Amino acid sequence: MKAIVIGCGRVGSSIAKQLLREGWDVTAIDEREEALSRLGEHWPGTFVVGHGMDVDVLREAGVEHADAVVVATDGDNTNLVVGQVVQKRFDVGCVVVRVLDPARAKFYEERGLRTVSPTSTAIEVLTDVVRSCMVGASEEVAH
Amino acid sequence: MYVLVAGGGKVGANLGRLLLRAKHEVTLIEQRSDRFMQLEEEFEHAVHNGDATELHVLERAGIQRPPDLVLAVTGDDEDNVVICQLAKEKYDVPKVIARVNDPRNQAHFDLLGIAPTVCATSNILALIEHEVPEHDLIHLLELRGENLEIVEVHIAADSPVAGHRVETLRLPDGARLISVMRGSESEIAVGSTELRAGDQVLAILQPGKEDELRRVLLKA
Repeated sequence: MKAIVIGCGRVGSSIAKQLLREGWDVTAIDEREEALSRLGEHWPGTFVVGHGMDVDVLREAGVEHADAVVVATDGDNTNLVVGQVVQKRFDVGCVVVRVLDPARAKFYEERGLRTVSPTSTAIEVLTDVVRSCMVGASEEVAH
Repeated sequence: MYVLVAGGGKVGANLGRLLLRAKHEVTLIEQRSDRFMQLEEEFEHAVHNGDATELHVLERAGIQRPPDLVLAVTGDDEDNVVICQLAKEKYDVPKVIARVNDPRNQAHFDLLGIAPTVCATSNILALIEHEVPEHDLIHLLELRGENLEIVEVHIAADSPVAGHRVETLRLPDGARLISVMRGSESEIAVGSTELRAGDQVLAILQPGKEDELRRVLLKA
């Protein structure tokens, strides 16, 4: 199975490494050549320098045969547009897009793009932690 | 008319100014706070500070009314795409116009159904083609919705069709001649129109038929 990870920052590079460990054929794309260093010293996958909006870069990364594409650059709108291009023009079945803004993530989710909003997740998790602290505290009071 | 202008750079600010002068209602959105403060001196309450791809910023600027027209003219193509999609599909804005900064992104706007678009670089290139004679076939107008384009062809002395009538030409399917300009006189191209060296011919055709048309009109 072939995966392309667009945007090789902290998030993208970790996803690329994880997928590779799980047996995927992985290509990472980033504008900055230095981003390759995030993939470790001996990256056995492929690395393409370029922008996700550039269809030549996408083709070089093998988008035409990709089973999954993860779009995780640091720009929400870049991710949203690149995600739609990959989905609609190259017909990739599994496209996952990172969108920090929960409102935009929801809007595009409703239009058929798989979006993941780390902000929403952080809000939920942090709120849950506060709630569980309070449960612990009130139990202590009860004792 | 109520117009929402996303992007207060040179393009957005000038559009806002001209629309206000033409008595339209205008709201400008500008992201950079230093630029916003500059604009505020001139546009006062008609300019908002914020990222026009954020829903709450658009809503604060009045997108829920909705405007008759949204102009997405920021310097970032991805932002312009998202602004147009939000305007049309979330807020039912009837008309959007988008600026394309990098002509290589034109295909993305087309793919996502964002029209009309304006790309200064492509427009300037079309003018260069028009001015520089070595381009034998010049793109004058793209009718994207109709999937047609209008081109201009210069009939040179060695053209195989010089001296031939239009009805005798074996034009490709999906291409028709519109008119012939000779000197300063122009006439509609009909079957009996005879082409001569030096003519400027306008043709309408489906994109991708340019090479076939070239072969008929230009190459012996």
